[in-house]
Amino acid sequence: MRIACPLCGERDLREFTYKGAALALAYPSEAASAQEWDDYLHNRDNPAGPTRELWYHGSGCTSWLVVTRNTVTHEILAVELAENAEEASA
Amino acid sequence: MRFSALRVLKEGLTGNKGWSPHWRDPAPKPEYDAIIIGGGGHGLSTAYYLAKNHGMTNIAVLEKGYLGGGNVGRNTTIVRANYMMEGNSQFYSHSLKLWEGLEQDLNYNAMMSQRGIINLVHSDGQRDAVMRRGNMMLSQGDDAAFLSPAELKQKLPYLNYDNIRFPIYGGLYHKRGGTARHDAVAWGYARGADQRGVDLIQNCEVTGIDIENGVVKGVQTTRGAIKAKKVGMVVAGRSSQVAAMAGMRLPVESHVLQAFVTEGLKPVLDNVVTFGMGHMYISQSDKGGLVFGGDLDFYASYAQRGNLPTKEHVMEAAMCLMPMIGKAKVLRSWGGIMDMSPDGSFIMDQTHVDGLFVNTGWCYGGFKAVPASGYCMAHLMATGQSHEYTARHRLDRFETGRGLMDEETTGSQHNLH
Repeated sequence: MRIACPLCGERDLREFTYKGAALALAYPSEAASAQEWDDYLHNRDNPAGPTRELWYHGSGCTSWLVVTRNTVTHEILAVELAENAEEASA
Repeated sequence: MRFSALRVLKEGLTGNKGWSPHWRDPAPKPEYDAIIIGGGGHGLSTAYYLAKNHGMTNIAVLEKGYLGGGNVGRNTTIVRANYMMEGNSQFYSHSLKLWEGLEQDLNYNAMMSQRGIINLVHSDGQRDAVMRRGNMMLSQGDDAAFLSPAELKQKLPYLNYDNIRFPIYGGLYHKRGGTARHDAVAWGYARGADQRGVDLIQNCEVTGIDIENGVVKGVQTTRGAIKAKKVGMVVAGRSSQVAAMAGMRLPVESHVLQAFVTEGLKPVLDNVVTFGMGHMYISQSDKGGLVFGGDLDFYASYAQRGNLPTKEHVMEAAMCLMPMIGKAKVLRSWGGIMDMSPDGSFIMDQTHVDGLFVNTGWCYGGFKAVPASGYCMAHLMATGQSHEYTARHRLDRFETGRGLMDEETTGSQHNLH
């Protein structure tokens, strides 16, 4: 698996750290219920197929990335900077 | 058909013509008292104990592929009872006792081999930690002993004791731990369940769960609709997909864990040895292959195969621990899909749907749990009450924060276990 960082180009998997589903971009509001926090912290769609997830390019440009990846084939479908993804989803 | 030494001798002398299939291949009936989704180790043992302990024989196990084709056929076969937390401690202790009587109980050779597990330590702090763990294991009624470097050198003379980064300070020895033939465990439970009347239905994928007014009514499958009053979801890495059919989002992420085996070698490694600081462990199979594995690849995956960086890391750790392994050739590597829970412990509970039960979150430790998981899951499905050993393994512990079972004390969050 190689990830094409938007800033650094295609790089080896070892340069990146996986965080998990790209839920961190949807941080619950202060008024959120316990159920919403549970969904945010613990519950996952965990799809077998394409999924959006957060990766950190720690051994490269130190950007947070939103990677769209197929969990069945390991194919990387899209990579974007997390700040752009956050703007897009806001 | 019972197995015995006499029978093996007789069949050997008469051309092995008297053996019959170990289980039937029935078509699904329109209705059962209970259905277990998933014909892996845990599903088959659940069916076996439902029939044996609770007299429920009008039940079916539905398996998408073939029996034992998932994680029970893809693990590194290690059996142990070295947990510390209230709940986990009793559960795994019970599981090990079931393992010890398994072959007699099932009349099946599961090649249970109590060869002992040695957890190596490399610092004073780690030595203190395993002393504590050992005492916890003794107080739960199991066995543990500390081996000094001198004692270890007698058992394992070829380890690298003087590695500058990880000098070996000793090891925690769990003598009753060991390995079992993983496929045979699935087959033994399958045969035992079948003999008690359980229908084991293969090539039967569940495509929907029928729920009316909050009560489970049955399942839709690729072989038609099947009614049932009780349904247990016992599908490990695929838990999220099956639970989604009941409108549930589980606290589970599926990750890939890789394992490796070398070509067959003459006996060299009597025990299971774990090198925790290198995220690596190793044993030798009865066929002679060195079976070893490492840590997760640490990204969500359903691929049943991993990537090269983790392979390289495991090989490096193996060379660091046991330099002579460099002479062996790796024959195969593979991956299993681990149902990772946020706190690293499993979930066995009722769901919000009446009659629907969930068994998941085994992380990378499901194999040793096969007997007790089935035993306790059967109790839960038959009585509607959690068994005392799994009463803490609640689905809602993450939402409430009460009773989290964080064995490694790393926090209740995905990607930490």
